Amino acid sequence: MTRSGNLLAAGPRPSTVVGPPARRRRRSRRTGWAGWLFVAPALLFYAVFVLRPIVLTVQYSFYDWNGIGASRWAGFGNYAKVFTDPELYESILHAFELIVFFSGIPVLLGLAIAATIRRIATSRLALVARTVLFLPQVIPLVAAGIAWTWLLSATGVVNQLFSALGLGKVSKAWLGDSSTALPAVGVIGAWVLLGLCILLFLSGMSKIDPALYEAARIDGAGVVREFFAITVPSLRQEIGVCVTVTIIAALASFDVVYVSTQGGPGNATMVPGLEIYYLAFSQREVGLASALAVVLMVVVLAVVLPIQRVSKEDKP
Amino acid sequence: MRGWTGRILLVLLMAATVLPFISLFVTALHPSGSYPSGLDWPADPQWGNFARAFEVARLGEFLKSSVLIVLGVVPVSLLIATMAGFATGHLRMPGGRAVFLLFVLGLTLPFEGIITPLYFQVRDMGLLNTRWAIILPLIGLYMPFSVFWMRAHFVTMPHELSESARVDGVSTWQLFWRIHVPLAKPALSSLAILLFLWTWNQFLLAIVLVDNPANRTMAGALGAFQGQWGTDIPLLCAGSLLILTPTLVVFLIFQRRFVSALLAGSLKG
Repeated sequence: MTRSGNLLAAGPRPSTVVGPPARRRRRSRRTGWAGWLFVAPALLFYAVFVLRPIVLTVQYSFYDWNGIGASRWAGFGNYAKVFTDPELYESILHAFELIVFFSGIPVLLGLAIAATIRRIATSRLALVARTVLFLPQVIPLVAAGIAWTWLLSATGVVNQLFSALGLGKVSKAWLGDSSTALPAVGVIGAWVLLGLCILLFLSGMSKIDPALYEAARIDGAGVVREFFAITVPSLRQEIGVCVTVTIIAALASFDVVYVSTQGGPGNATMVPGLEIYYLAFSQREVGLASALAVVLMVVVLAVVLPIQRVSKEDKP
Repeated sequence: MRGWTGRILLVLLMAATVLPFISLFVTALHPSGSYPSGLDWPADPQWGNFARAFEVARLGEFLKSSVLIVLGVVPVSLLIATMAGFATGHLRMPGGRAVFLLFVLGLTLPFEGIITPLYFQVRDMGLLNTRWAIILPLIGLYMPFSVFWMRAHFVTMPHELSESARVDGVSTWQLFWRIHVPLAKPALSSLAILLFLWTWNQFLLAIVLVDNPANRTMAGALGAFQGQWGTDIPLLCAGSLLILTPTLVVFLIFQRRFVSALLAGSLKG
């Protein structure tokens, strides 16, 4: 709609609409440029503390630099190292493995649980659950990491539960064994994100027309059919959101790994975020850290953008 | 019958959610320096551990530091993001769409991606180890989401409202401050809650840019506390519980707002 059309539509004071067009256009342009004054402060902070560092990360990634002395042009050498040094590319693979736990469990289990408790979503118990399930979202991830490190330790509650179930044999220091450390970190992430996903799904389900379920019942659809034919398609947007949020959390994980395993044992739980931190601030390999940082930023975009596409497409 | 499956499932789920907190609590009551096993109520609960942790963790200092950082980040971020959201969402500014897309570009940015140059930049500004080292970058890092959030509010505001105010000779600033900001209160308060939470729990920036835990955020201080007292499990658990109490209290007070803010926040993001 054009600007004058809008004015006409508003039209309670016709006197302004019939004013000379030249004057009106001049005023609209002036207020238009005033918009830049409103954007300027936000843009300044964004440019100085985000855009400039992004550009610098790309620039650093082409140099060998220890952060103090002179830097030396390295071409694509740092990138070649990111993809050939096992410690570096494995950190990226670990991040993808974490997606199974950070994203897969909360979304799949979350859908199943939300569908089961949908009927009682307005009960007293469900209202209490709303508060309780949110707790992991509110506390610092660092605290979650510390609490879970203790739960998963050799003498922790998890092993106590296993012994109580007569499975004492499987008990071990979950975060200290290189074969179970990464899944154990994944479980911590799943704990943090499950509640958020369930609540998002429940709020999405409350918007589904109950008549749809009734119609399905009349057609003789079972619980499972109902779930796949009605619930899942209607929750397309919510599922898209959960998948996006949880995947970013997995790929960019740092806090939980830093407190629970520091990337160990060995490099079993090393993730890109932590590797960047070690490379830049303890090993003083700024160029290599920056190359990994660029790869991480690109990977996140490459994974998230297609999901956005799919979940936003032809929304009903 | 299905109702009961749901109920049982829900109770189990809640149990799994609070289990880590209970474990922290029970362990915190064991004698300092001991190595308790699992969920085991101590014969002689050491309530004094909390007082001791409060002291050795210098919790008072951390609390003050976190509050100062939140006060430095949240009001400024709210103001400038609202201004930018208003301009790109409501004023017809030339190039508005391009600027907005530039902000959107930063929505998925992992902080680790830019932490290295940020360190050198903050060092060159002479701000390393001060609270400004956390405050200023965080304002910039929050801009993509905050501008996105506020713009989503302003595009729903009818243009007729502004047009009729203009006719009365109101300047652009007055239009913004007197008419649109009061109407944006619900969007603003949700954003304020989210920014508070993210700032309070910010860890990476705190450990990289500030050495002295007394100038860090609560989460960053907890990291230092773990490094120092990691071997004294009961004390560490008591300290962790104390450090996460402030957010829990704020959450329980503003529960309803928190839940809707976080749900809406992730839906939009």
